[in-house]
Amino acid sequence: MATETAVLPTRSRVDGFRVLRAGLIVALVVAAALVPQATQNQYYLGVAFQAEMLMCLALGLNIVVGYAGMLDLGFAAFFAIGAYTTGILSTKEHWSIIASIAPGVLIAVVCALIIGFPTLRLRSDYLAVVTLGFGEIIQTIAINLNQTGGPTGIYAIPALTIGSVVVESNTGYYYVFFVLVIVFAIFSTRLRGSRLGRAWLCIREDEDAAKAMGINTNHYKLYAYMFGAVLGSITGSLYAPALTAISPASFGFSESLLIVMAVAIGGLGSIWGVMFGAAVVEIFPEVFRSFAQARLLVFGIALVILMVVRPRGLFPERAFQGLGARVRSRLGRTVVSPLSGAGEALVSLPSEES
Amino acid sequence: MRALGLDGVSVYYGAVRGVEDVTMHVDEGEIVALLGANGAGKSTLLKAISGIIHPRKGAITYFGEVLAKQSAHRRVARGLVHVPEGRRIFTTLTIAENLELGAYGTERSRTERAERLSEVLDLFPLLRQHFQRLAGTLSGGEQQVLAIGRAMMSNPRILMIDEPSLGLDPQKVDIVYDMLEEVSKLGTTVLLVEQNVSLALEIASRAYVLQQGSVVLSGPSSDLESDPRLSDAYLGKSSDGRD
Repeated sequence: MATETAVLPTRSRVDGFRVLRAGLIVALVVAAALVPQATQNQYYLGVAFQAEMLMCLALGLNIVVGYAGMLDLGFAAFFAIGAYTTGILSTKEHWSIIASIAPGVLIAVVCALIIGFPTLRLRSDYLAVVTLGFGEIIQTIAINLNQTGGPTGIYAIPALTIGSVVVESNTGYYYVFFVLVIVFAIFSTRLRGSRLGRAWLCIREDEDAAKAMGINTNHYKLYAYMFGAVLGSITGSLYAPALTAISPASFGFSESLLIVMAVAIGGLGSIWGVMFGAAVVEIFPEVFRSFAQARLLVFGIALVILMVVRPRGLFPERAFQGLGARVRSRLGRTVVSPLSGAGEALVSLPSEES
Repeated sequence: MRALGLDGVSVYYGAVRGVEDVTMHVDEGEIVALLGANGAGKSTLLKAISGIIHPRKGAITYFGEVLAKQSAHRRVARGLVHVPEGRRIFTTLTIAENLELGAYGTERSRTERAERLSEVLDLFPLLRQHFQRLAGTLSGGEQQVLAIGRAMMSNPRILMIDEPSLGLDPQKVDIVYDMLEEVSKLGTTVLLVEQNVSLALEIASRAYVLQQGSVVLSGPSSDLESDPRLSDAYLGKSSDGRD
């Protein structure tokens, strides 16, 4: 009987499903990479770049909301922290954009600790109120501080330079954020399969049961909040040079809500879903421009219909993984647990298994 | 060896008394039952032992060491594991995932977790049979089996289980109780909280009876079975027999 439950590493095995999936991913990435070649239309490129930026933010928030199950309504605060840190350091202190990312991340993490440590033991609804307040505080600080330029914000932010390359055009920033989306997506995938990711899953499903299994829930919730803050801040730091000017209006509650929407529409916890959701949230209002005045109304109705038809998002986390496990078990008669990381079969069942 | 000792433990929820001055012990390898009507303080006591709430007075010792305010996750890591009332399994995850997560607080490596998993599956073949199903689609009895299996993933020295027979038909209850005996045979100490007195006394060697937050009766199961004061504790009479 012992052989039935031996650990079987399947990394090296050629697996039809995985080949198909890898092919799809490569095709999608190549297609996305060719967008600036296909169109020189600055308007399309602008929308595409905004969509990428929202994808980055949504991937960050997904760690907090999707993985750990904490509703955060003030995520734009971390976005603002990154953008303002870069804005101030690059215009007033003449730092390079790349160098200013690190202090932005540091400030975001410290803020996440300060706001998270006393509040993260709260349950979801209360946490939503606290994070909402935090978002408002950051925006109010940005409006009232001289260093942040007050209501007009910071302008003439220098271009991003990587080595000797100066990124200036929309096309350039499209590629910068293109890389960032890929990095964040890979990071998120790795994170979900990790020990941390599994603790978050437990907490999201049932916090009390998580405690009973020996998980220090307060610590792990704080980690999720900090990881989210890091991704939000990095996105902000690169957003500042892309727009060359930032103002408090870009970092309000409506921005936070947009990010939450992207995550909810795509499917909490699902990386592909969240990226797709971000694209939908950014591109839909543009598509509906033909409705002129009524376009936000149409957008709103579309969202309501979407949530009624697919309440767990367009690509819910479970359906995605369930499909993979099903297909794979048919091919290899192995049981694949999404918790075991990169598709490693933990246990193989006897072949007469029903 | 004394696995668990409670000395004058009192637990309060704010001003509301949960349990008052409870002294009891569980020896290594024993199955001990904690009996009592609804609201007698059984679950409160379990929560205090597992560290979810902290007692106001008294000391809890684990293999001779005072636990004081040690947090719940540390206690789990040291082998004091609690199967909470109502099972609390992850209904949206598969059985495999539920079991794997059960090892979270104690596992040292992926290999160790896999070994542990195969041991638990050997112990509870029912779980192997439904390995890939979502836990939410299991019947109540199967869910209870899963909850115990999940707790066993962390290789506990003491397993505390709260009302395992709750909402189960007699046949399923037998299955769950057989499992507890299996667990006990492996050397795990079991502290069983139960309302179903006759069932609990069948497998427990000793029992404590709680009434309104205090221990009113204790002793070997065989003595308690015939003790008229036991039914009084459930029917609401005071312990000295008067109305």
